[in-house]
Amino acid sequence: MCGATQGGLSLDGVNVAKEAVVQGQVLRDGEPVGNAYVRLLDSSGEFTAEVPTSATGHFRFFAGEGQWTLRTLAPKADPVDRKVQASVGNVAEVVIPIG
Amino acid sequence: MSRENSLVSAQWVEENLDNDKVVLIEVDEDTTAYDKGHIRGAIKLDWTTDLQDQVRRDFVNKEQFEALLSSRGVGNDDTVVLYGGNNNWFAAYAYWYFKLYGHQDVKLLDGGRKKWELDSRELTDEVPTRAETSYTAQEQDHSIRAFRDEAVAAIGVKNLVDVRSPDEYAGRLLAPAHLPQEQAQRAGHVPTSINVPWSKAANDDGTFKSDDELREIYGAAGLDDSKDTIALCRIGERSSHTWFVLKELLGHQNVKNYDGSWTEYGSLVGVPVALGDEPGEA
Repeated sequence: MCGATQGGLSLDGVNVAKEAVVQGQVLRDGEPVGNAYVRLLDSSGEFTAEVPTSATGHFRFFAGEGQWTLRTLAPKADPVDRKVQASVGNVAEVVIPIG
Repeated sequence: MSRENSLVSAQWVEENLDNDKVVLIEVDEDTTAYDKGHIRGAIKLDWTTDLQDQVRRDFVNKEQFEALLSSRGVGNDDTVVLYGGNNNWFAAYAYWYFKLYGHQDVKLLDGGRKKWELDSRELTDEVPTRAETSYTAQEQDHSIRAFRDEAVAAIGVKNLVDVRSPDEYAGRLLAPAHLPQEQAQRAGHVPTSINVPWSKAANDDGTFKSDDELREIYGAAGLDDSKDTIALCRIGERSSHTWFVLKELLGHQNVKNYDGSWTEYGSLVGVPVALGDEPGEA
């Protein structure tokens, strides 16, 4: 299957061939979390970027080649770390359940 | 300056929501964030339309700044408390901007919008109305603003602190990773600049680290506090955050923010550029 993953954020207007996209959705009990913050940390654990999730719990980064960590912060939840591999020309989709 | 004079906690803001002399102002990279909910009583400044000249790449001039604050109901003797998303990047930029035009009493909400939200504190979509004022600004204080020639002249002479992420500094990324990477300027950094990402100064929740931790971070990174310092990033907003730390929290003298930053420097013809993780030679 190519193109957008089911339930994924639309890639309209994104030049996927030139970007290493990391995107996904934050869920609590299967429901989107619209007031979470997702931080992108590099392979040394250093902060690279942060976005608030959209109303539908979605987030997106334009990363570089390599391994990254997504750290998710949300009200009344412990931070959750997820590792993700990014590469130019691909879209890494990550679903992040929080407690 | 000190932490007590330049920073307030979320608790303090909550206790001063009905204080008429305190003007809360939200400034966000995402200029629509305010419209989706903001702290009660807060007004909004849009950094792209309110704070930037709409033709040239520069700030609004003194008269425009006076007209802006007058129309929004900000008085010269008001306590201005700035907050925003992205760990206060653009709020810190606005803080520096208010200082540039001589506003006396301006503070940052520690942790900004994120801390407020993570604390589950109340947001509203009600837009307040404030009576118009007659605001008077000072001439720009260029002791805190660096221009490109100063940045070039500082190579090998002053502290140049590049506060972008390590990958942007090294030239592996051209913009923060929440933005598309295709950009016009060259990648890399100003030779001899040290890389201390702005984020080193903040906790995960966006609040600033303690003064002792901050001193340790910049000391270990090789910042020589006997020298003048110029902070830079990509467009001058993250470096405002570090300018705030060095000048307002740690009390360093002669710290300037280079608001032209990498989008200007990386487009200059003929200037030296270093690639990779090391500062490089003068």
